[in-house]
Amino acid sequence: MRNALKEIALPAFAIAAALLVFGVLVWFAGVSPVDVWVTLFKGAFGDWFSWQNTLQRAAPLMLTALCVAIPARAGLVIIGGEGAVVLGGLACAALPYAIPLPGNIVGTVAICFAGAVVGALWIMLAGWLRQYRGINETISSLLLAYIAIGIFKHLVEGALRDPASLNKPSTRSLPDGLGIGGIAGSDVHWGLVIGIVACVGLGLWLRATASGFSIRVVGGNPRTAQLVGLPATQLILAACGVGGACAGVAGAVEVAAVHTNANASIIAGYGYAGILVSFIARHNPIAIIPVAILFGGFGAAGSLLQRRLGLPDASVLVLQGIAFVLILASEGLRMIDWKTLLKNRMPRAVQPKLVKEST
Amino acid sequence: MTADQWIALVAGIVGGALRVGAPFLFVSLGECLTEKSGRINLGLEGVLVLSAMAAFGGAYLTDSAWLGVLIGAAAGAVLALLHGLLCSLDRVNDVATGIALMLLGTGLAFYLGKPLIQPQAPQLPAIPLGFWSDNTVVQSALQVNALVPVGIVLAGLMYWGFARTRAGLLVRMAGDSANATRALGYSVSGIRVAATTAGGFIAGLGGASLTLFYPGSWNEGISSGQGLIAVALVIFARWSPLRCVGAAFLFGGAGAIGPALQSIGVGWGYHLFNTVPYVLTLVILVLTCKPGSVAIGSPGELSSTR
Repeated sequence: MRNALKEIALPAFAIAAALLVFGVLVWFAGVSPVDVWVTLFKGAFGDWFSWQNTLQRAAPLMLTALCVAIPARAGLVIIGGEGAVVLGGLACAALPYAIPLPGNIVGTVAICFAGAVVGALWIMLAGWLRQYRGINETISSLLLAYIAIGIFKHLVEGALRDPASLNKPSTRSLPDGLGIGGIAGSDVHWGLVIGIVACVGLGLWLRATASGFSIRVVGGNPRTAQLVGLPATQLILAACGVGGACAGVAGAVEVAAVHTNANASIIAGYGYAGILVSFIARHNPIAIIPVAILFGGFGAAGSLLQRRLGLPDASVLVLQGIAFVLILASEGLRMIDWKTLLKNRMPRAVQPKLVKEST
Repeated sequence: MTADQWIALVAGIVGGALRVGAPFLFVSLGECLTEKSGRINLGLEGVLVLSAMAAFGGAYLTDSAWLGVLIGAAAGAVLALLHGLLCSLDRVNDVATGIALMLLGTGLAFYLGKPLIQPQAPQLPAIPLGFWSDNTVVQSALQVNALVPVGIVLAGLMYWGFARTRAGLLVRMAGDSANATRALGYSVSGIRVAATTAGGFIAGLGGASLTLFYPGSWNEGISSGQGLIAVALVIFARWSPLRCVGAAFLFGGAGAIGPALQSIGVGWGYHLFNTVPYVLTLVILVLTCKPGSVAIGSPGELSSTR
């Protein structure tokens, strides 16, 4: 219990510090920091309306964060989730026009599944390139994201465009009955449930199953994995596939629950915000749920900051960036052994650790 | 296609290589210096966007393009310094920090750059490389950013510096063996922070060439992943500053194919042609990387190649 408290205290402290630094920044812009903090809280968690807004944004964040977290547990830093989001959304919008689907829950599951498959294949490509060609997966996944966005725009403005969408190129709207609706009359759609189920399910999978454990071994200590004969490549590809499927579903949910068709609005940066959420949750799927809600809240409050206080819409990006930097820095501070450091400082060149390494 | 159209297409691609390649040149030189010291800076994407904004804002406020360049480079150096310092902490991974700074740099640039979307800032002078031709299309395509020669000279200086100077040797030593560096009594962190900061300064020049030369305005879509392509470019250039020059112009040319085709009336596949630099980067990585082995010339301490 004390350990869990420690795990939460440090990121919480870092986020508080980020709010403080952000306050200083807006103070330079002539806005009262207190007003900003109050508006942030009101816009994110102030009333039922803002809660709905927050939860609606948290849903895709959970899924895109899983696209970072699951490969990360297998030792990969995948940052191109945005590519899986847009292509997943496109696949979801295109499927009903490729094959006839029943206008009920079966059809909805089918279009989400299409998003999952396309997302999985896209991220697995980055894993494949790493395992078989030795290409750094961080760089390749990001390059793939830009390529995916190019393909998306090409198809939405070309072959898949609805001729009726004049100013904003979009695909045709999903047929009736395929959309994802709100939970019990609220504005929060079922995507939130999908996100929470995915986080809990994958969290249990990593913790309680043999395959989940194998993935953690591959990520934690590749040499051990090799020694005990784990099929590292297959496990890494599986992790990429599962993560990519989550991001693909995020895109599908955005199409089926929010926009009803695929257009440039789904390139909203959920893939990039998911990186941040996953890192703060330390790649723990269960911890992703609260962190995604927190950052969904920041996102929801962003437009209120803009309307009420006249701050630029990019303010939330700055807050996210500062939070990310401070949380990483707090990781570095956590391990410092302050007592020994203050008591006996040894000159760097004769540190015992180094002598051991060189012999 | 008529002869005129061919000329326009070739001039567009060659001119575009010089124009689009300029930011690639500086960012890849900055990344080259950083990686030589044994650290990777994915945050150069953020550095590029922030310095592009700062250079534009600086030029607008001081009414001098060259002061703008300096301000942009300084902004890049500050953000890179932050990367260097964060990475010096124990247990802080340079890839994660790079991603964080990518987000922070872009966020800060968008936040501070909001008022700069409308105004016009003084521009860098152009060097008319197309003076030999009577064709106005060729002349206008070969108007070259005045920073391009600066970048080429810088690449030469870096090449010489790595080979012949004490500072260059120290950077290479920190990149190849941290233990050897410590054994000789130098601070690995100190060298890497200095190299990362200088790399950010150089990348900042790239940001300046984004906003202070054609099209010469600040907007939020000014750099989409160019800073990251530079990371791949350095692998392609095998950590040699001179080869960075060739690689940067090759990528510039690839990036110019889409607009060049559009200028002669080929509208099809505009977005697809815009992905050519990313596809090219991937293809080159596929061709140059080998599974299980480290690329020739790669600094031994680099986390991305280990």
